[in-house]
Amino acid sequence: MAAVVSVDSGAHAPTPAAGPAAEKDRFAVWRWAILLIAGAYFLIPLYAALRFSGLKAFTQVTSYPSFGSAFGLSLRLAVIATVLTLVLMVPTTVYVHLRLPRVRRVMEAITILPIVIPPIVLIIGVLKVAPGTLLGTPNLLGLEYVVLAMPFAYRSLDAGLRSFDVKTLVEASNSLGAGWPATLWRVVIPNLRTAMLSATVLTVALVLGEYTMASLDNFQTFPVWIVNFDQNSGPVSVAASLLALLVTWILLMLIVTVGSRSSGKRGGGQVALFTVATQQPGNTVGEPE
Amino acid sequence: MAGLATQAAAPEVVTSGARPGRVSRILRAAAPWAGVLPFGVYVALGLAAPTIAIAIGAFQDSTTGAATLSNMDTAIHGTYFLGLKNSILLSVATSIVPGIFGLLIAYAIHTARRGNVLRRVVITASGVFANFGGVPLALLFISALSTTGIVTGWIKDVSSVDIWDHGFSLYNPQGVFVVYMYFQIPLMVLVILPALEGLRPAWREAAQNMGARTWQYWRYVGGPVLMPSFLGCLLLLFGSAFSAYATAEALTGGTVALTPIQIGALLNGNVLAGQENLGYALGLIMVVIIAIVMIGYTFLQRRAARWLR
Repeated sequence: MAAVVSVDSGAHAPTPAAGPAAEKDRFAVWRWAILLIAGAYFLIPLYAALRFSGLKAFTQVTSYPSFGSAFGLSLRLAVIATVLTLVLMVPTTVYVHLRLPRVRRVMEAITILPIVIPPIVLIIGVLKVAPGTLLGTPNLLGLEYVVLAMPFAYRSLDAGLRSFDVKTLVEASNSLGAGWPATLWRVVIPNLRTAMLSATVLTVALVLGEYTMASLDNFQTFPVWIVNFDQNSGPVSVAASLLALLVTWILLMLIVTVGSRSSGKRGGGQVALFTVATQQPGNTVGEPE
Repeated sequence: MAGLATQAAAPEVVTSGARPGRVSRILRAAAPWAGVLPFGVYVALGLAAPTIAIAIGAFQDSTTGAATLSNMDTAIHGTYFLGLKNSILLSVATSIVPGIFGLLIAYAIHTARRGNVLRRVVITASGVFANFGGVPLALLFISALSTTGIVTGWIKDVSSVDIWDHGFSLYNPQGVFVVYMYFQIPLMVLVILPALEGLRPAWREAAQNMGARTWQYWRYVGGPVLMPSFLGCLLLLFGSAFSAYATAEALTGGTVALTPIQIGALLNGNVLAGQENLGYALGLIMVVIIAIVMIGYTFLQRRAARWLR
């Protein structure tokens, strides 16, 4: 097919009138070439891992007693981090949108910091300053994962708040006599459901895959377990990491589908931090107080 | 005016009305900030305090706690200098090569029709692969390209060449480079796509109407408009590779000379006890490098925003 197209474009190339069409065909050839190379690079390692682990290893993963405790710890941390992230970030982001719109820039700068400071550096600092009561428990990791999740959580919530006229809705709710808690719970949060879901999913995916902080804090979360376990049985740990991938992918696909359904046809909800950041600030009509 | 009011209030008892007035004024000014207080406290404890602790620790002696520059001195010499050099070179390579490749992929799907299935598949896959790193990624490549890996076997079958006998290794910076491309390329696709979509078809049509050839359009219109975004994205990729730890650690078992791996080794106590402060010094250097990169990124983003709206 590619060959046919290239012959076709070659025949038309000299005539300027056929310019755009010929150009389009030439694109088609290199487009397929690029995507084929990319496809090979991305799929072959996956295939290799599947072949290497074999199907039997998948059934063996869960039979290890240490699997349960490691996966349980990761789940527990995911719950702690997600709940804290939502409780901390939803009211803060809503508040900043309504009352301190000029602080949004500052919030953006602060929430980008966990990306600027590499996790390996952040965790050694945390281990240095954390009080003794927290050092002995994995809860410290849960608290720090909130910081790691901030860039993602803030950006998805911020984008969610820009997608509807939160100010008018809140004013309407207040003038109908609803207090702040009722407004937040019954007006703002239902409109933020998609954004909160994507913040949740991103946080969960982050926690389930986080290795750097957990390994330096010496706790056997699921990713740490996979590595420590590697020395004993290769195929099983490859199978375990493929399972971990699968869970993460399902979670991410969830946001992509939910995101694209709610945001209409605008490129599909991308799980990208910086596509959100490059969007134009939305309704600048609302006057700051 | 304000200075006068403060002066008048300073002697406290003089006017009983002035004090509540001032306090309530301060309270009223501070009240809007109460809403962001929990967030501020959390960031101060979870982010600012550890970072400051590192910055201080970098200049402290491990045993006495006295101020010293020796950690910094060690951090920029010998094996730690090699680590920094490797880290920077690796990050430059894994921003430029995936940057160009990612741009080509993004352009390939950008020129496809909207709603094209391939386009949607590539965007979704990029979202998934860009978030993919760490332990599973390392194991994926170990099963493909290690000495007994499946792809290594294929190459041996086809060309009877064992790539490991010819200088290839998965466990040195070159090997890490091959693996990092796996999340860097899709990251590039995601971050450059909005910039490509900002190139208006009208510009291209205008250029064509004036007789510009394809290369002329890219040389004089598309290229210059895209350049700040492209460079900004490269900086982003640099930062992403520079601070990555888990993938290289899981891949090489902590043996490769890269700064994040060295920090991990120092703080795990694998090297020598009492070397934490050297780790803090290396950490501070990393933060400074990434901060410079991010400032460059912000600057370029602002330049890019001029055209892409």
